[in-house]
Amino acid sequence: MSTPATSFTDHYNFAYLDEQTKRMIRRAILKGIAIPGYQVPFAAREMPMPYGWGTGGVQVTAAVIGHSDTLKMIDQGSDDTTNAVALRNFFVQTTGVNTTTHTKGASLIQTRHRIPEEPLSEDQVLVYQVPIPEPLRFLEPRETETRKMHALEEYGLMHVKLYEDIARFGHIATTYAYPVLVNERYVMDPSPIPKFDNPKMHRMEALQLFGAGREKRIYAIPPHTDVVSLDFEDHPFTPQEFDQPCAICGAEHVYLDEVILDDQGSRMFVCSDSDYCEERRTEGHTGHLGTNPLDAPSNGTAKDNASSKEACK
Amino acid sequence: MYVAVKGGEKAIRNAHTLLARDRRGDTSLPALTLAQMTQQLYLSISRVMAEGSLYDADLAALAIKQARGDLIEAIFLLRAYRTTLPRFGYSQPIDTATMLIRRRISATYKDLPGGQLLGPTFDYTQRLLDFTLAANGEEAPATPQTQAFEAQERVPRVTELLDDEGLMEPDAELPEDHEVGDLTREPLEFPAGRDLRLQNLARGDEGFLLALGYSTQRGYGRTHPFAGEIRLGEVEVSLFVEELGFDVPLGEMTVTECQMINQFAGSAKAPPQFTRGYGLVPGQGERKVMAMSLVDRSLRWQELGEEATSPAQDEEFVMSHSDNVQGTGFVEHLKLPHYVDFQAELDLIRRLRAEWFEKNQKTTGETADLEAAQ
Amino acid sequence: MASANLEFSLAKAPAPGLQNPVHEAQGIFRALMNALARPGKLQDLPELDLNPPAPLGKSTAAIALCLCDYDTPIWLDKELAAAKDVTTYLRFHTGASFTNNPMDAAFAFVSKPENMPPLSAFAKGTSEYPDRSTTIVLSVSSLSHGQTVKLSGPGIKKEQGFAATPLPPQFWREMQTNNELYPLGVDVLLAAEGTVAGLPRSTKITFQES
Repeated sequence: MSTPATSFTDHYNFAYLDEQTKRMIRRAILKGIAIPGYQVPFAAREMPMPYGWGTGGVQVTAAVIGHSDTLKMIDQGSDDTTNAVALRNFFVQTTGVNTTTHTKGASLIQTRHRIPEEPLSEDQVLVYQVPIPEPLRFLEPRETETRKMHALEEYGLMHVKLYEDIARFGHIATTYAYPVLVNERYVMDPSPIPKFDNPKMHRMEALQLFGAGREKRIYAIPPHTDVVSLDFEDHPFTPQEFDQPCAICGAEHVYLDEVILDDQGSRMFVCSDSDYCEERRTEGHTGHLGTNPLDAPSNGTAKDNASSKEACK
Repeated sequence: MYVAVKGGEKAIRNAHTLLARDRRGDTSLPALTLAQMTQQLYLSISRVMAEGSLYDADLAALAIKQARGDLIEAIFLLRAYRTTLPRFGYSQPIDTATMLIRRRISATYKDLPGGQLLGPTFDYTQRLLDFTLAANGEEAPATPQTQAFEAQERVPRVTELLDDEGLMEPDAELPEDHEVGDLTREPLEFPAGRDLRLQNLARGDEGFLLALGYSTQRGYGRTHPFAGEIRLGEVEVSLFVEELGFDVPLGEMTVTECQMINQFAGSAKAPPQFTRGYGLVPGQGERKVMAMSLVDRSLRWQELGEEATSPAQDEEFVMSHSDNVQGTGFVEHLKLPHYVDFQAELDLIRRLRAEWFEKNQKTTGETADLEAAQ
Repeated sequence: MASANLEFSLAKAPAPGLQNPVHEAQGIFRALMNALARPGKLQDLPELDLNPPAPLGKSTAAIALCLCDYDTPIWLDKELAAAKDVTTYLRFHTGASFTNNPMDAAFAFVSKPENMPPLSAFAKGTSEYPDRSTTIVLSVSSLSHGQTVKLSGPGIKKEQGFAATPLPPQFWREMQTNNELYPLGVDVLLAAEGTVAGLPRSTKITFQES
């Protein structure tokens, strides 16, 4: 999709990182794969983008990526969010690899906060950017303590927290970064994806890699691995559901963004996965607001009001 | 085609064009030269070199210029550049006793071998704005009477003088087989050794260390400090070359060092004696080294058998939060789009509210009005 | 005299390493990553112009050059350790140090699996840091012949049949015990000509009913 100019390669190594750093990261990735869900400490380097903006994901991608890869970079499900654009440009400049927005055409996908709607296949790798890799961090801020809890498989605190939610609200009040149990052993933070995406991790065909740069951790889920969202028998895990399809492509059972259309409270719900939405529209699907409500505002607003009220219920 | 976020690419390009324009400011004024900055804004340069962990005044000046004077942004630029540099080797430890001293003060002795030297300091200046600087009419400053210590072999540190009497704990030593750690190359593990702690503090944010050091003086982990000695000057840096079998001088660098002396009544682990906290930064950074030595001493509670009660004594807390590049990144990442998670939270809050109203409507009639108001 | 010395040093210079260290190492790594992510499934290594000194196999050498450096102490089996050319080659191209104690090894290279020490001789990590374990690389002549076992666990959809030879007779029992230690344990890479397969500690092994 792009023909990159790679003048950066005169000054920097392929994929920016030096080979010693890549080896160190690669070793951590292999350990992560061998111990699914366990956070492998690694000597994250200082990267030319801020901590918290994807330095971990970028380091993992840089250690994995090769000439023949086709890279897709998404943030919030979309290829065109500003940080996705910035990170994609980073790899175009430092590697010259091909990029794509099509989920199916990518061999390597780096994401922040979403898993694509299109099921991933065996020959794909999904790299997550992770801000806080420790699922127990908000219950116990000390690394020395949480490390012990993982070692002893002592996850009572997490269950107590979830159960307190149930006692207070009648259900578990965690909507994203919803903790999962991997391969029946490690409780893992799935990164701040909405819990809607959690079931996609379970026995996914693609390899999933997670990089947390500031916190210096790498972890992994091999293909076909059990990933179970924590819950209770009487309060089973329930992913979020939307009571309407995408307003512009009509897709159901997908994660939707709420878009505010005016200051009268009109809003619409559209696919968060922009590639999925575009593909569907290319195939001829339309939603109840047509394919582009902003082109015909007069005709969209009335309907919108109706739909937003419905959605609010 | 709808999608609110389309155009990210163009938006970024435009934003960077605006940034470049604002950085340059009024083009009828001459652009800053790096030499002007290294000469006239040396303390900014020093801080960026110290916290950027790269001793190169010209690169620090470039970073500050590019960052429009935002020192943390400049530190970030320098760090990102630094990681791409190959490592040729590790220098021999510098010896600050052989420093060519430009400033040296002790608060513990009126006079001492080597003497006190006030040197270039803001201390005892009248903090009055000097409007002659604003008028650009400054004249070349008068030549000071004493420039520096006469070059002498060695100026002993105050701590050595006390050590002779056995009142001061000896210089810290690491086990024979201990390899000095490097937290830019290895993942940090707790508890960390003093070598890693000092490295962390030397790179740490001056403001953070200042606040922590200050807190120890106000009773949060009080350590009764005296400024044993602060010295500023140039030291030689050398590299041991195996092929040659001797040290080869690489050049000299400016450093600031502080040894804080702390009263210590003794514990089960150590006899009553003075203990110390240590601070050292490249360049001129007196506030930083003083704060650093207070925090270093606080963090040694375990080794000395003291009780830990305060934030400045908490190694994991201090070391995990001292880095301003990490802190800036994570605080500022909140401005990245989070609408996927926010959508999930919207859904939850609507559900919780609906349930709340339903429940309260059943129990009391009053809330019905409330809901109507919604 | 001088020319004799030169010839001597040329004769002693280690064989060349990777032709294109950046991209070849990346290709080797992807094969290893896929091998551990899909236990028992054979992965092709990239085409490499490598001529390591015997008895170091080409695939084994590729793995060492891809993953080892001065941070990773290496343990060598008797046959490899006895070959001066092999230690020179590995030290020159990786910078890694060697250890005689398999417990201290980040990587262990075994050229004669029949004679290898038990898996329990190698580091299995600690409960807080299970990653501090040895990765064992076995040179095998075949990744299709030998006793067939069934593999299951992470990375495997249902079951994966697997065979390799030569292996010590107790190998599969030891791999079962290794799996019981999970999340502790060693990870094993098997290297045959141009091909690798992985057996991470997470893989369960069952014997084919005969």
